[in-house]
Formats: sequence, C-alpha cells, structure tokens
Amino acid sequence: MTAPTGITRFTLLKDLRLEWRSKDAINSMLFFSLLVVVVFSFSFDPTAEESRQIAGGLVWVAFLFAAVVALNQTWARELRNQVLDAYRVSPAPANSLFVAKVLGNFIFVSVLEALMTPLFIAFYRLRALGPAWQLLLVAALGTWALVVNGTFFAAMSLRTRSREIMLPLLLFPIAIPALLAMVQATASILTGETSARFWLVLLATYDLVFTTVCLLLFETVLNAE
Amino acid sequence: MTDPAPLIAVTNLIKQFGRFAALRGVSAEFSAGKLYAILGDNGAGKTTLLRTLAGLTRPTSGQVSILGAGKFHDICHQVGYMAHPSLLYDEMSGMENLEYFARLYGVTDQARCAFVIRAVGLDPDLARPVGQYSQGMRQRMSLARALLNDPKILLLDEPFSNVDLHSAAEMVQLLARARDQDKTVFIVTHQASLLEGAADEFVWMEFGRIVARTRELKR
Repeated sequence: MTAPTGITRFTLLKDLRLEWRSKDAINSMLFFSLLVVVVFSFSFDPTAEESRQIAGGLVWVAFLFAAVVALNQTWARELRNQVLDAYRVSPAPANSLFVAKVLGNFIFVSVLEALMTPLFIAFYRLRALGPAWQLLLVAALGTWALVVNGTFFAAMSLRTRSREIMLPLLLFPIAIPALLAMVQATASILTGETSARFWLVLLATYDLVFTTVCLLLFETVLNAE
Repeated sequence: MTDPAPLIAVTNLIKQFGRFAALRGVSAEFSAGKLYAILGDNGAGKTTLLRTLAGLTRPTSGQVSILGAGKFHDICHQVGYMAHPSLLYDEMSGMENLEYFARLYGVTDQARCAFVIRAVGLDPDLARPVGQYSQGMRQRMSLARALLNDPKILLLDEPFSNVDLHSAAEMVQLLARARDQDKTVFIVTHQASLLEGAADEFVWMEFGRIVARTRELKR
C-alpha cells in the first residue's frame, strides 16, 4: 500500500501535469487579474500614499476572485468522465486527495501572485515603508487560507447544479476574517504606521483552525451523494 | 455437500432517489468464481445495484456484505470497478492514467500497467492522450484500469458499449479467463448475447427487483 503522503505526491504531480497540458486554471486567473489591475489603474489615479492605503484591499480581492477560477477547475476535471469515482472506490485515503488539491491550488495561486505582484507595484507605484519581508508571510498565510477553504467548499458544491455560483456564496462569507487580516496586514506593512503582528497571528490561527476542520470533514464531503 | 458461503450477499436492499425507488428490496447471494450477467431494461436498477456493491451509492436501507465485510472500504482493494464513463483523465495517455491509478492501490510495478493494457488489446506505448481515443479504445482502457489491482471481484457497467464485435468477443474471453482464475465477475449489459456460453448465470432485473436468475439466456 502506498503511504498517504505518497498518494498526495502522485495526485499533486498528476494535477500539475494536467494543468500544464490544459492551462485551464492559470490562463483564466491571469487574464482576470490583469483586467483588474488595468481597469482599476485607469479608473483611479491614486497618489503613492493613497495607493499604500488601498493596495491591500485591491490586491487581495483580485486574487480571491481569481482563485475561485482555479478552485472550480480543481474539481471540474475530476468530474469529467466521473474520474472521482475511480478514486472513491480505491483504498486511497480521502485526505490525501484533499491535501494534494490544496497544495496544487496553493501553487497555482502563488504563481499567479508572483506574476501579478510586479504589475501591481508598477501600476500603483507601491513601495513598502514597513518591513517588506512580512509581505511574503502575508502572502503565504493568506493564500493558504483562501485555498484550503476554497478547495473544501468547491468539493462541497461539486454535486450542485450551479456550482460556479455556489462556491463564492459559500466561500466569501467564511473568508471574510482571513481577507480582513490580509488587507489590514498588507496596509500596515505598506504604510509602516502600525505593526502587522496581530493580523499575522490571526491569519495563522485561521489557517490552523480551518485546515483542521476541513481535514476532519473532507471524507464525509467526498462520499456525500 | 453444502454450498460454500456466498462471496456477496445483499439483503432487502432499497435505494430511493427522492420519490423514485431505484432498488425495491433486492435480496440475493452470489458465489465466488462465477460470471454473472445482470440484465434488464433501462431504469431496472442494474447500475444502481452495481454502484451500491462498489460502495459508491449508500443504500437507503438493507445490507451489503462482500467477502464477509460490511464496509466496502475494508475490501476495496479486492474490487475492480468499471463504470459507463471511462473514469480516465482525457489529457493523459493510457499508460500515464494507469500509472497514477496503480499508485492508489499500492501497485508500483510499471510492468503490471503494461500487462493489463496488452491484456485488453491496446498498446502500452501509445502516447496520445485518452481524449483522442475512440470510444471503444476508452472502454478497453477503462477495463484495464479495473484490472490493475488484480481484483477478486470485478464490477463492470456496460463494458461492451461502443466496442466492435471482434473486440467485444476478446473482452468476453478475457473476463471468462478471469472467472476461471476464481474471480467473480458482474457485468451489467444490454448486449446479453455476447455473454451466451460465457456467463454462469443471467440475473434479470425489473423495476428495482431481481425477478429471475437463469443459467440460459432465455427466461
């Protein structure tokens, strides 16, 4: 029997291979984020100071909406040809699949963030006045918060008729505390006025709680009819 | 001499989908090393029965016992399942698909993947993705996936649909050989004549019930 970590690794590699060949998620995410950057930069003409205040909200809302595209794709490819049933009848643990999907989405959204951040910086003339390295921490913890819940709720809405609509309806209210922490932490770091420590701790706690809850409940969600 | 204990026993199986009853009190026992053909019109409950045996559908009431286990997960490594859709990733080749699914069963030997692909009459070196296969090739690759873990029980839903007659006959021979190796094979099909001479028993379903079990194709 392959160890659960081994199954996670093979499932993750399989998902990366499928995404590399289809480019379903990454193309849609990039296009959407690019639109947000361009449209907002033409709609407003903020000063450097105003940019530091609003950039956190703008960036994270853009990434949240873009992530929903990837999250929907994650399970859509398992529904084509009902491949998910092949996993369900196998002895592989449900959580190996969940962790692989979360890691896959984390990679996709991180790639998007890495590609889009220079554009955000250029369009909004951003320069951090606080400790810039903490932005990496916000990105890592915030992205994990989005994808762990998103992957779980995307699985929950899998068998509903309008799952593309259902996912944001389920995900966004749950993501509000994380989104608030991400926006506030980013604004604190960019303006350098206050410490982002409280928001980082809140994000880490949020990640821990929701990762645990999702892992506990995923098998039930996977086998629900 | 007494009959050996049944390999699969279902007792008063009922499955409701809302107000529609797909299974209405199915009770039956199935022995090891036999090939069963499950026949019936559309909506008779054949696929629901197969999915219930495969642990994919939870019965509304009633019990399923496979190899003495009440929980499917305890014996899932001994079951191979083939559904009407291919259960394969269109973007990957047949070999890539099988290598992935083999890992789920702890099968690490690549030669096993190549062996089952050849067994269903396909080429393991075929590099094009499954999405570009003909429907018949997909069916055969799907059967190869079901055979990967060398299961004791094979649950096959419409394995011959869209397969040409020659290939279907080869698949029947392959499944008959599996039966001869003491595997138990369930085949849901509308092409019962293909299994004449190969099936040990024809199980007839109507309106969610088993209405007859015959050794010949005639009722």
